[in-house]
Amino acid sequence: MASEPVIVARNLTKRFGAFTAVDNISFEVMPGEIFGFLGANGAGKTTAMKMLSGLLSPTTGEARVAGYDVFTQAESIKSRIGYMSQRFSLYEDMTAWENIRFYGGIYGLRMDAIRDKAAQLLGRLGMEHVRDSRIGALPLGWKQKLAFSVALLHNPAIVFLDEPTGGVDPLTRRQFWELIYEAAASGVTIFITTHYMDEAEYCGRVSIMVDGRIEALDTPGGLKQAFDAQSMDEVFVRLARGAQYAE
Amino acid sequence: MNSFKGFVIKELYHIFRDRRTMLILFGMPVVQLILFGFAIRNEVNNAYIAVLDLSKDDVSEAIVNKLLSSGYFRLAEYIESEERIEAVFRRGKVKEVIIFEPQFAQRLRSEGTAHLRIVADAADPNMAKLLVSYTTAITNGYAQELGQRASIVVVPEVKLLYNPELKSVYMFVPGLVALILMLVSALMTSITITREKELGTMEILLVSPLRPFQIIAGKVLPYLLLSLINVLSVLALARFLFGVPFRGSFLLFMVESLLFILTALSLGIMISTVSKTQQAAMMISLGGLMLPTILLSGFVFPVENMPVPLQVISHIIPARWFVVIARGIMLKGTGLDYLWKETLVLAGMATLLLSISVRKFNERLQ
Amino acid sequence: MRTILFILQKEFLQIFRNRAMLPLIFVMPFVQLVILSNAATFDMKNVRLYVIDLDHSAESRRLVSEYTASGYFRTVGVSHSEKQGLESISNGAAHGFLQIPNGFGRDIATTGVAKVQLVIDAVDGYAAGLIQSYTADIISSYGEDIALEIGRFPDTSRQGIRVSSAYWYNPELDYRTFMVPGILVLLVTLIGFFLSGMNVVREKELGTIEQLNVTPIRKYQFIAGKLLPFLVIGLGELALGLTLGRVLYGTPILGSLLLVFGVATVYLVAVLGLGLLISTVTDTQQQAMFISWFFMVIFMLMSGLFTPIDSMPGWAQKLTLFNPIAYFIAIIRQVLLKGSGFADIQQPFWSLCAFASIMLTLAVFRYRKTTG
Repeated sequence: MASEPVIVARNLTKRFGAFTAVDNISFEVMPGEIFGFLGANGAGKTTAMKMLSGLLSPTTGEARVAGYDVFTQAESIKSRIGYMSQRFSLYEDMTAWENIRFYGGIYGLRMDAIRDKAAQLLGRLGMEHVRDSRIGALPLGWKQKLAFSVALLHNPAIVFLDEPTGGVDPLTRRQFWELIYEAAASGVTIFITTHYMDEAEYCGRVSIMVDGRIEALDTPGGLKQAFDAQSMDEVFVRLARGAQYAE
Repeated sequence: MNSFKGFVIKELYHIFRDRRTMLILFGMPVVQLILFGFAIRNEVNNAYIAVLDLSKDDVSEAIVNKLLSSGYFRLAEYIESEERIEAVFRRGKVKEVIIFEPQFAQRLRSEGTAHLRIVADAADPNMAKLLVSYTTAITNGYAQELGQRASIVVVPEVKLLYNPELKSVYMFVPGLVALILMLVSALMTSITITREKELGTMEILLVSPLRPFQIIAGKVLPYLLLSLINVLSVLALARFLFGVPFRGSFLLFMVESLLFILTALSLGIMISTVSKTQQAAMMISLGGLMLPTILLSGFVFPVENMPVPLQVISHIIPARWFVVIARGIMLKGTGLDYLWKETLVLAGMATLLLSISVRKFNERLQ
Repeated sequence: MRTILFILQKEFLQIFRNRAMLPLIFVMPFVQLVILSNAATFDMKNVRLYVIDLDHSAESRRLVSEYTASGYFRTVGVSHSEKQGLESISNGAAHGFLQIPNGFGRDIATTGVAKVQLVIDAVDGYAAGLIQSYTADIISSYGEDIALEIGRFPDTSRQGIRVSSAYWYNPELDYRTFMVPGILVLLVTLIGFFLSGMNVVREKELGTIEQLNVTPIRKYQFIAGKLLPFLVIGLGELALGLTLGRVLYGTPILGSLLLVFGVATVYLVAVLGLGLLISTVTDTQQQAMFISWFFMVIFMLMSGLFTPIDSMPGWAQKLTLFNPIAYFIAIIRQVLLKGSGFADIQQPFWSLCAFASIMLTLAVFRYRKTTG
């Protein structure tokens, strides 16, 4: 690819007191890529993602996201990215439309643009009939799809997804990945953390984190070859066994 | 039983790790006690007065000096005309204006009487009443000194029982104990249990091998412990910092406290069974428990001066009974022979509320 | 500005959808004005007096009836035993006992000087003080009356200083007139302290704040969006409370309403700012509520709402200079009850303004979209 990488991380480190959550990680992500971040719970995936999305200041190292520096230009990064955290974060006491209107407004979209976008995305999700229902009443899978669409509302360059499919049934997970592919096809970079190994297979490239360090980074095929494994599951288990604090 | 022990230890750890809450939990009673003991005075002293002296003679000057040396008053300013009174009051500092009529001393000597007028800012009526009565008494005292002994003198020998220096901290300590127990036992408990519900972790607990009763007991025990520690520290502080006496039986006091704590804990559990969010639990606790405890228990405001409907309502407030008991034991040294009625009411409340709350909690599980 | 409007729209939606909220907003003023204004009173109208009359003379009986006729005292028991008098105090049946010694009537007739003993339960020091001052009034007027009637020492009783008094702004000495403005402050303060701070911490607990923090929303926009709805609600509560006070108790509104609401706005910004500041340093609603409660209790106790600030020791009075509630209570009482104008309340008003701007700056400054 001829274009510049949209995410560049060099020797990025985050320490909380004596505990090092993310230890000296470096990588690059190209535009339109689906970049997977794998690891056990507590391996540092979420911390790394929070640093890149401007929620958390790194301790040392450097990183640029969408061309902006994470230390000095965190607020500029925020207008170029979408984010969906592992906890469901739309407002449950508001309707789908009200949530869309709110986030659209926050990102500075014009009112008619918000209305168009809302109709469009509800149509694509097949959720027109729940436009005016409170989100709290919807099934988890619907909520997650909606949250993902809302994260794309302002046409961000990159979307960060932190374990977006946790607790969702296989069918909905599949639909969710279709949405991800659709977004990636339109040029959005996807940065996703997960601990479902089958999902790792859907990613363009995968990095595996163990105890705050990136232990492996390649395409799923490349990883399987390097570790002489049948599935990503095996790759992961082999790596995790070497972990200091394996659970 | 082992898993229960583990659960209680986990809960305790949870509470003690939250330094800020702990700081407040122990800091608040201390700060409140210090405020009540040192800063908050019900009695009137150092009130600002203004003087309109149309006479400017030796007697008016002497009376003003008498007033100022009494400790009740401070001079804010001399004013020149009655029109100024309004302006002075409006600025709010001055609470009383004293007006000497022209030729005050002269009239007193030649006609035998002189007229002194007091204008009080009665926006605060009690303060105004007290100021006027002090001013009158001091002026009369001065008149007597001038040689006019009042005709018939009845000397009241006043003896102030239990609290001869009229320290307000005496009266507040028992109420403060009740308030802290309510705060820790009812409010904190209701919020912790509701929090588990709101965050969805209650279900995890319910599917654990712990019995529902054990879950509640485990949630409640640490707070019971905290309450007791809190009570003891307030008592110690009251005793050693303010010299508040403890005249009655300590054992009886602790037993009564325990009864009250049980009542409060049951109330906390009951609130948690009816509220879905922490906010709701908090609001019900604040509005339904804390405010009545402060207002209708006789803690600060004597119940007998309230309108009858409020007096009736006050009977269902546990703190009202506890405050009577605590004051009796601590300050008057009374025992069960006087306090059996209040104790019985409190015990009845504890039993009733405890059984309702356990039933309610079980109902919600089915 | 547009962003703030979107936040406001969302906040109002959520506030009015919260089922616990509406009753709270509308019921609280009623409850506080009805219960608090009646309960929070230091009036002592029904002092229960136990009487031990060992003299049984016309003079002693007359003294007892002076007590009961004063309107402050009511007899709850009569006997000859001091022990029973003490007991009635220790079991709470009486506030105190009056003991008239044998020979009281005779002493008055012969020497003009007689003694009585009054024993008061002083656990409630303030009540004891009031009982003492009532007694002083009753006994001195008793002395004058008797002297006039029996005509003793006629040459001196004419002379003296005649003291007359006038009670301005509240001639009926109605304690509620005094309390209602204070209660209004309490009402507005509860909204400010609890609802705003709690609201932010709730978003923290539910995780929705993280989603807001990855948007390009500016800090001041966030704070404004969280502050303005409660400012509006607070002012609405004040209006409702004022109306209720007027209708229920005829609370006077002598000064300018515009001034009252103007000051209330500044005050609300100050407490809302403080509430938001608390929310930025706490993680759970429990913590936030606790810290808010802590500050509120201290501010309330030191505000002059129940006890006069002038009576506090010097150091405590200096502390009240940092207490926004104290300023607002002083101002609202002056404006409502005495008709003070802006010139009269300038000083506390500017202090409130300073407090509000400091709190607001701190709240914006302390709110972190990116944590360390």
